[in-house]
Amino acid sequence: MSPPLLGVEEEGQSNISSPSVDCISQNGLGLKERNYLGLSDCSSVDSSGVSLPEENKSNLNLKATELRLGLPGSQSPEREPELCLLNSGKLDEKPLFPLLPSKDGICSSSQKSVVSGNKRGFSDTMDGFSEVKGSVYGEKNWMFHGADSDSESPQAVGHGKYPGNSGVNVMLSARPSGAQASVKKDGPPNALQERPCATTGTNLKQTGISNNNSSVPAAKAQVVGWPPIRSFRTKTLATSSKNNDEVDGKPGPGALFVKVSMAGAPYLRKVDLRTYSTYRELSSALEKMFSCFTLGQCGSHGAPGKEILSESKLKDLLHGSEYVLTYEDKDGDWMLVGDVPWEMFIETCKRLKIMKSSDAIGLAPRATEKSKIVN
Amino acid sequence: MESSKLKREKDSQISDELNELRMESSELKKAKDSPISDESYRRSSFPDEVLERVISLLNSHRDRSSVSLVCKDWYNMERWSRTHVFIGNCYSVSPEIVARRFPKIRSVTLKGKPRFSDFNLVPQNWGADVHAWLVVFAAKYPFLEELRLKRMTISDASLEFLASSFPNFKALSLLSCDGFSTNGLAAIATHCKNLTELDIQENDIDDKGGGWLSCFPESFTSLEVLNFANVTSDINFDALERLIGRCKSMRVLKVNRSVSLEQLQRLLANAPQLTELGTGSFSQELTPRQYEDLESVFNNCKNIHTLSGLWEVKGLYLPALYPVSTHLTFLNLSYAVLQSDELAKLLVHCPQLKRLWVLDTVEDKGLEAVGSNCPLLEELRVFPADPFDEEIVYGVTEAGFVAVSYGCPRLHYVLYFCRQMTNAGVATVVRNCPDFTHFRLCIMTPGQPDYLTNEPMDEAFGAVVKTCRKLQRLSVSGYLTDLTFEYIGRYAKNLETLSVAFAGSSDWGMQCVLAGCPKLRKLEIRDCPFGNAALLSGLEKYESMRSLWMSACNVTMNGCRLLAREMPRLNVEVMKEEGSDDDGRADKVYVYRSIAGRRRDAPSSVLTL
Repeated sequence: MSPPLLGVEEEGQSNISSPSVDCISQNGLGLKERNYLGLSDCSSVDSSGVSLPEENKSNLNLKATELRLGLPGSQSPEREPELCLLNSGKLDEKPLFPLLPSKDGICSSSQKSVVSGNKRGFSDTMDGFSEVKGSVYGEKNWMFHGADSDSESPQAVGHGKYPGNSGVNVMLSARPSGAQASVKKDGPPNALQERPCATTGTNLKQTGISNNNSSVPAAKAQVVGWPPIRSFRTKTLATSSKNNDEVDGKPGPGALFVKVSMAGAPYLRKVDLRTYSTYRELSSALEKMFSCFTLGQCGSHGAPGKEILSESKLKDLLHGSEYVLTYEDKDGDWMLVGDVPWEMFIETCKRLKIMKSSDAIGLAPRATEKSKIVN
Repeated sequence: MESSKLKREKDSQISDELNELRMESSELKKAKDSPISDESYRRSSFPDEVLERVISLLNSHRDRSSVSLVCKDWYNMERWSRTHVFIGNCYSVSPEIVARRFPKIRSVTLKGKPRFSDFNLVPQNWGADVHAWLVVFAAKYPFLEELRLKRMTISDASLEFLASSFPNFKALSLLSCDGFSTNGLAAIATHCKNLTELDIQENDIDDKGGGWLSCFPESFTSLEVLNFANVTSDINFDALERLIGRCKSMRVLKVNRSVSLEQLQRLLANAPQLTELGTGSFSQELTPRQYEDLESVFNNCKNIHTLSGLWEVKGLYLPALYPVSTHLTFLNLSYAVLQSDELAKLLVHCPQLKRLWVLDTVEDKGLEAVGSNCPLLEELRVFPADPFDEEIVYGVTEAGFVAVSYGCPRLHYVLYFCRQMTNAGVATVVRNCPDFTHFRLCIMTPGQPDYLTNEPMDEAFGAVVKTCRKLQRLSVSGYLTDLTFEYIGRYAKNLETLSVAFAGSSDWGMQCVLAGCPKLRKLEIRDCPFGNAALLSGLEKYESMRSLWMSACNVTMNGCRLLAREMPRLNVEVMKEEGSDDDGRADKVYVYRSIAGRRRDAPSSVLTL
């Protein structure tokens, strides 16, 4: 883990708005953060894009990457442009950015027309990069064009901020040719500054989603009614996921969505366990979904002309010694997939992760020998 | 199913004929006024009976409105022959006024709350309660047959009242409504002996169980349309099976997810005449025999052209649908979590598809398959599967959009939720598909620029309005400056509905739109830097529009008061947030024209200025 600035060692990222741009894995695993650069497989994108955060930016971002215990929004304005790097999105940080306290800090720095009421949900997202848990530090930028550079274009700050779902996108927008970005610095922020400030009160309502309070952590700053999706649809799709949290321990009759992450992949997927009946089915579906990552391709995004790698090659990889499929059960323990009967598995599985075998040591007594994923 | 294009041509044909009639009539009038004319000249050219006959054939409410403006005779003939009334804003007119003008109504469509209430921007008790309307209808239209409500509040008591007041009642459709529970549905099922249609879509229902379905009496056989896909609790399957069995004219059946595949198979075995089907859950464990049965029952359903549902879909079972998919024109997969290859495999068998709704789990690859397999596609809607989950970042991009446009030149309706877009991508799309009438692009991060060039998305929407001359509806997103709105004002001459969020740089943007779009009817704006100057620049315009919504903008109470004062025929309503200080800012403003005056049922949080 190179950057000394990133106190991203353990999961105790509690009060670090760590700009650990290089930490990919979604936490909660208790696993060590992997250095983004360790993703040897991903050759596709510019390594320049990849190393961005580290080398190129190091001098620029030192400031941004400084450990700060305060809420990012309360920083001085000049910090703003660099906030985009904070985007490393530590999911765990969510509870740290409750809307109420942040509202004041966030708006003040950049808004000219600060209204005491701080009414507009949007500008929370605009300035307070704080809430952006770009988690999936999906700096998908490595997937796209060699956008390089350091553009912490403040545009990124201003625009991409809806933390709701795309810290990533914010980063993306920061990427393109740095030169241009810096020139543009003046434009957007001015425009932005005219925008009214956020209302946390409004934000907290989150009515559309709060009905289930399952998939959405309460502390996340969310703009009410955005994206514009009917509450019915939101509830319905969320209800499916909620079934995992049945109190009596039995999942409801609906879909059983669990998130699947993969070491080194920039983003998660979701699968509905109910649509599979055996480990084999699950495994082949996952193989298809993650094939592009394992083999260093980047899927459809911004990578025209890349070949689709053969599934068989992927299967070899997965069935070989490199990766194992693990899951987190109801108790929060990480186990190797395949040990229990399928029915029992779907009842206890909360989350899936495809790990490198080397990381799976210690998960189960026979983890190292058992490098095959499926039964 | 007539393609909408054909319908539009027909409508414009009728409009042309109307224009001719109108011209003739005005010429006749001039002739009459001139000293040379006489009565016989007027009458012999155009007997009233003929005119009545022609007018009675008109279905479009806009054409009827035009007709009624020609002269008093035409106005009267039209009002006596109108059987269906469409009221786009329930507060624009009162039920008494409607009943007075149109004595023979059998079918009513009523829309209530502003569209942003779908996204929780409107307080719960805002209004749009249908009861007052029902009371008047019961008195004036005892022979009422159809009621279609959108974004209205309807209580169980109202549903009971409805069920018992109209003996001929046939069709009830509720979309995006609230205020009722399944008990209200039970009342409808129990008392409406002539019911042909019960269409309950995407409402906020208090679901008290599925017993309502069992309330249809055993003697009841008239149902043709039954859609309870979104009434989620378990129903009594036997009751459903018997109901379907005895309603031989059933053509539209959309069940909820409590209905399993095996049960679906049993239903379909008895209803091969269905034209529209919404399945239940599509993921039960089937034995090979059961799968065969399923396949064969689909094989027998030769008339299904619309398919939806597919909750919890198991990709493995999709091939059972192949016999049906060849005839499909509308496939709604917006609740089916499919991956790209699963969709691709299915689409190979859907060459006739005209409308497709999917989730973004199919990704760009899935959309490429759309482009490759569905050349007749006219409408595409891509919904986000996880819009609020920040960990989930996949979805569709400009690549998928472009891929569809190359393969589907007839595309004219798009609703596209994505996390990134480019100006070039949109420009390519509209170059390939210049016939867009509805272009709704939602880049889910507010204010996000072109992710490749980091420029505003102005040129994207500029390309849309310059190229798509028939554009009626536009929703913009991404980082936009006033330039976008200049383009819209300058080029979007047929635009009727515009939705704007997190965009614009100054009042000038909104002013351009208000000054430049002659056909604008609905303008909804949120979180934009438009203030009083912009609001007031549309003074005269608002009377020609249905409504204006502005929330989280820079409009103040004084601005609104001024508007209200200058334009007495507009209702200017301001919704105050709970606990917000009265700092002069108007949080949410809703302006609409009305001949009914200010409404009397506004809650305390709504001020009519």
